[in-house]
Amino acid sequence: MHRTKPLDHLILILGCLFMGLPVVVAFMTSTHTAADIHMNGLSLAPGGHGVETYTEVLTRQGGFTGQVTGARMAMNSLILGLGFAVGKIALSMLAAYALVYFRFRFATAMFWVIFTTLLLPLEVRIMPSYQVMSSLGLLNSYTGLIVPLLASATGTFYFRQFFKSVPDELLEAARIDGAGPFKFFIDILLPLSKTMMAAIFIIMFVYGWNQYLWPMLMTTEERFFTLMRGIKQILQVWIGSQIPDYNEAFALAVLAMLPPVLVVVVFQRWFIKGLTESDK
Amino acid sequence: MTEIPHPPARPWRAWLRGVTAAEPAKRVQFDAPLLPWLFLLPQLAVVAVFFYWPSVQAVTSSFYLEDPFGFGATFVGMENYTDALGNAQYRSIAGFTVVFTALVTAFSLGLGLLLAVKADAVIRGNAAYKTLLIAVYAIAPPVAGLIGMMFFDQHIGPFVTLAGWFGWDMKVGLNYTDTAFAMILVSVWKQVPYNFIFFLSGLQAVPVSVREAAVIDCRNGWRRFRTVTLPLLAPTAFFLLIINITYALFDTFGIIDVMVKDKPANNPMTLVYKVYLDGFRGNDVGGSSAQSVILMIVVFALTIAQFRFLERRIHYS
Repeated sequence: MHRTKPLDHLILILGCLFMGLPVVVAFMTSTHTAADIHMNGLSLAPGGHGVETYTEVLTRQGGFTGQVTGARMAMNSLILGLGFAVGKIALSMLAAYALVYFRFRFATAMFWVIFTTLLLPLEVRIMPSYQVMSSLGLLNSYTGLIVPLLASATGTFYFRQFFKSVPDELLEAARIDGAGPFKFFIDILLPLSKTMMAAIFIIMFVYGWNQYLWPMLMTTEERFFTLMRGIKQILQVWIGSQIPDYNEAFALAVLAMLPPVLVVVVFQRWFIKGLTESDK
Repeated sequence: MTEIPHPPARPWRAWLRGVTAAEPAKRVQFDAPLLPWLFLLPQLAVVAVFFYWPSVQAVTSSFYLEDPFGFGATFVGMENYTDALGNAQYRSIAGFTVVFTALVTAFSLGLGLLLAVKADAVIRGNAAYKTLLIAVYAIAPPVAGLIGMMFFDQHIGPFVTLAGWFGWDMKVGLNYTDTAFAMILVSVWKQVPYNFIFFLSGLQAVPVSVREAAVIDCRNGWRRFRTVTLPLLAPTAFFLLIINITYALFDTFGIIDVMVKDKPANNPMTLVYKVYLDGFRGNDVGGSSAQSVILMIVVFALTIAQFRFLERRIHYS
């Protein structure tokens, strides 16, 4: 069984090239000047202008109001990613705890109320969501950016599955020892959930960081722009210019993908576990 | 992007299993009448304000014709629906959405499966292949779209040059078919890692004893794949099928938006993109809402299809 299989490796190498080359090319090209790219096309070799381009993209006051820099957009993306991940974990752990560990009236009904949200993606109700946000006065705010995205039960669902797999004996033993709901949650359930929390954190961070449609609708003020929003912006500016800023567009793309890619690659094991366990 | 954009996984299967389970989650539970409500409150509040309210509003405003300048709305019954469904442009977009979804799903599932089977078969370099193939998962659709645009750019795009060698004058952004081709390729590229992860973990869950027995019984690799591996992967594949359909329908928004750039002109687009264009660019709230409701019905139908399938599987096993 342990023969070397050249054909298998060939297919895998081709697959990796297909998946990986565009990313490498994006990075390499971003280190050339715009004129150079315009003349010679995309590049697989590094150019000498990486530092300039990235400094420019990160620090130049761009946009129509001159309020927003790449660094600012990166910070907003980070706020969105972290805020979303933390909010999701807090909200869904509490809800799942109530659903799994408590006997109360309407528990099944509440389960349905929460889990129906898994059925309808945000994309199918963008217009009314926007109207609700605007009547609440939440446009152009971090609250408006983050909180509505929490209205999906995925996290609650993951934690519910996980809590159900925790042995019943733990609760029995804890109750015999006189532990109440708070003590049980903090001293027993929380430490047990660490790996699960890490996995969900990674998934949700990537999800929040990568949000596109929602930030696009919610933010018209440039100081709230995320990197994803910036990508739309740079393409709009582009139309009609003589030599488009290819290098800056690529640099922005690299900045936008670097953090989530790093997180996924570095925490691969947790990430895969979190993702595939949800299927069980 | 469903939560939609949902987080990465839409765990329908487990959701349905959970919903259908009648027994309480635990044998022993706390008895406290108020405490669970306190814990549920934040989630319920967010769900009520940001899910139920807009969803109900989508349904109600789909029956109204709203004045674009904000001077009230008139009840028009099913008119928004008949307008949408009777519109030739809407129907051609629906047609494109079906073709787009079918192709994106087929290719990303196929490639994901092929790479997972091969990655499962090799021992040397396994970890390196895996890391490389997974990394693209983390790239956001609009970023994928931007990179795709560059590869298909009229001046600098290597794909345009490549196509030129074969006499194909590729004009992405201007020519309908060429833009569709680019959109599909980028959407597939973005989705392969997701399928790869699930197929690989499905393959690795097959017990060693089963694999060894299969090797002894069946020397022919392709036949072994068809008769042993594929049936074992069927549940994963079905789960992924639904996920991929919802991905192609909804999560590709960012790719399409970057490639179309608000200029629908002669470009292909999907139904979700049309909802956005009509609502935000065309200020047609009623029409956009009616289209939203039509999409909601499609999503429900998909869920029911999966539910039926599940029932059958449970029945036979």
